[in-house]
Amino acid sequence: MSAPALTGSVPTPTTPRGTSPAGQGAGRRRPARARVLDGAGLVTLAAATLVLGAPLLWMLLASLKRPDELYALPLQWLPDALDLANYAQAARSIPLGTLFANSVGLTVVGSGLKVTLGLCCAYALVFLDVPLRRTVFVVVIAALMIPPQITIIPNYTFVASLGWLNTYQGILVPGLASAFGTFLFRQHFLTLPRSVLEAADLDGAGHWRRLWRFVVPMSLPTIAAVTLVSVVNEWNDYLWPFLVVDDARKMTLPVGLTLLQNVEGMTSWGVLLAATTVVTLPVLVVFLVLQRRLVAGLTAGAVTG
Amino acid sequence: MTAVLAPPSGAGPTTPPVPRPHPAPGAAARRRRRRALGWFTLLAGPNVALLVLFVYKPLVESFYLSTMQWNLGSPVARFVGLGNYVEWFTADSTSQVLTTTAVFTLTTVGGALVLGLGLALLLNRRLPGRGLARTVAFAPYVLSGYAVGILWLFIFDPRYGLLAAVLGWFGVASPQWYTVEPWPLVMIVVVYLWKHLGYVALIYLAGLQGVPQDLRDAAALDGATPARTLRSVVLPLLAPTTFFLLVTMMLASLQSFDVIRSMTQGGPLGSTTTLMYQIYQEGFVNGRAGYASAGATILFLLLLAVTAVQLRFVERKVHYA
Repeated sequence: MSAPALTGSVPTPTTPRGTSPAGQGAGRRRPARARVLDGAGLVTLAAATLVLGAPLLWMLLASLKRPDELYALPLQWLPDALDLANYAQAARSIPLGTLFANSVGLTVVGSGLKVTLGLCCAYALVFLDVPLRRTVFVVVIAALMIPPQITIIPNYTFVASLGWLNTYQGILVPGLASAFGTFLFRQHFLTLPRSVLEAADLDGAGHWRRLWRFVVPMSLPTIAAVTLVSVVNEWNDYLWPFLVVDDARKMTLPVGLTLLQNVEGMTSWGVLLAATTVVTLPVLVVFLVLQRRLVAGLTAGAVTG
Repeated sequence: MTAVLAPPSGAGPTTPPVPRPHPAPGAAARRRRRRALGWFTLLAGPNVALLVLFVYKPLVESFYLSTMQWNLGSPVARFVGLGNYVEWFTADSTSQVLTTTAVFTLTTVGGALVLGLGLALLLNRRLPGRGLARTVAFAPYVLSGYAVGILWLFIFDPRYGLLAAVLGWFGVASPQWYTVEPWPLVMIVVVYLWKHLGYVALIYLAGLQGVPQDLRDAAALDGATPARTLRSVVLPLLAPTTFFLLVTMMLASLQSFDVIRSMTQGGPLGSTTTLMYQIYQEGFVNGRAGYASAGATILFLLLLAVTAVQLRFVERKVHYA
């Protein structure tokens, strides 16, 4: 994975090869124009930040407003007091606590299993020399080209035939297989020093021990990136849980939003935005705290290309 | 998706080991190979089994279902050959669905690339506050599409929305975003752009940081204006990045569902029904699983075509696309 994509840091400027007098002359000419450009750039950047950031701020503020503040003309920008009535109302209309617990549970278990499956599979693909290894690798990689949206109808029928509608396993199991994670892990494992693993082999460490005691500790940044991407995807996943679950007690938070729209009406803004805040805020916090790793994972596809 | 392109570098030899002359080591090697095979099955098996069961099997089933007249949950299915495809291609709704899909895909991809490049160029300069700008721009990308749809519906509210207020400052009356064409489609395009802009900008930023400063300095020395440098030096060097983003964003746009579902449900009068949304609608609302599977096959072929184009071009590693 490329460092620039992860950190967005400025690369150390390459040493200018031609430090000729002409170059210095150009350097002296630049500041005036550069200052104007910087000023314009700064204004544009500030405006872009404002426009891009305003919707989230507006959501947060609206979720705290009373109806008379929400439906005031001209707009009332700030609520008079921090009023949590919208959150209480949302929790009365749908079992918000249960949905939150469902989302947390499914996200933790789902991404944990997904990462484990990916790690094991990648280890096998890199460190076990068996005849069908390349075929298996192709099977895993080609799955990347089959988006889950294409297979919803047969998968729905299959899950229904297992009696898994309205169950946690029905939401979880069809999405567990890891193609992207396996691929990233494999790419990383290929860069690990073979000597360490050969030493482990000589010490009599079995594959299981080698994976967890040697390979995993040497791969923590990649694992963190893949885990965070899985967490975000599991938390936000909508289409599949929406199809599989219509029992409010088994729903995840995003699916609960649909239920809330049906119960409260499409334009009960205060209540809807309170629930929307409950859905988005946890991911936003994860993003703000672990930004580097998360961005690294989400942009990893670009770097391999 | 580019995953596929990475060279299979560094993988160990895959040729079977040379048979040894002595029987005893041969037996040991065989035992070792059997054990390796056992471990391989144990470690890779579960993941591969899940892929087969929930990705490959349903893909094949989907092709099969597309040749059947079958309603979701119905015990009877009738083989109709290519009947569903013929119906899809001759249906009145198809031209609207294809137009909507094309307009949505082209505007979201084109808009995200142009605006994302602009943002990346800004972020690439050492301006104060660019760290904050980067965080703010990328944040929407990690949020639930469904939730984002609801939050924007409120902003678009023609009476009490933030946008109506902003337009009011300029003496413009808010359009009827929810109900009057083409505004519902414009609305979901705007939301989609907002959600993906930061991603595109960050990928472009990584690309920009790979453009050697020498080249820009050289262009400046030759008297090139910043605009000229951008057009003649930076953009050609960014061509692989642009191409990658073009493909990735097209694949994402063609599959998008959450935002449409939460904002417009494909309406009004089907004006925001993309091919992806139509598959859901036919399969799960109208229960026409066979017909919807034909739609899914068509979408799959479309996605495959986009990926194939990518494989062809990126393999050549062209700088001047």
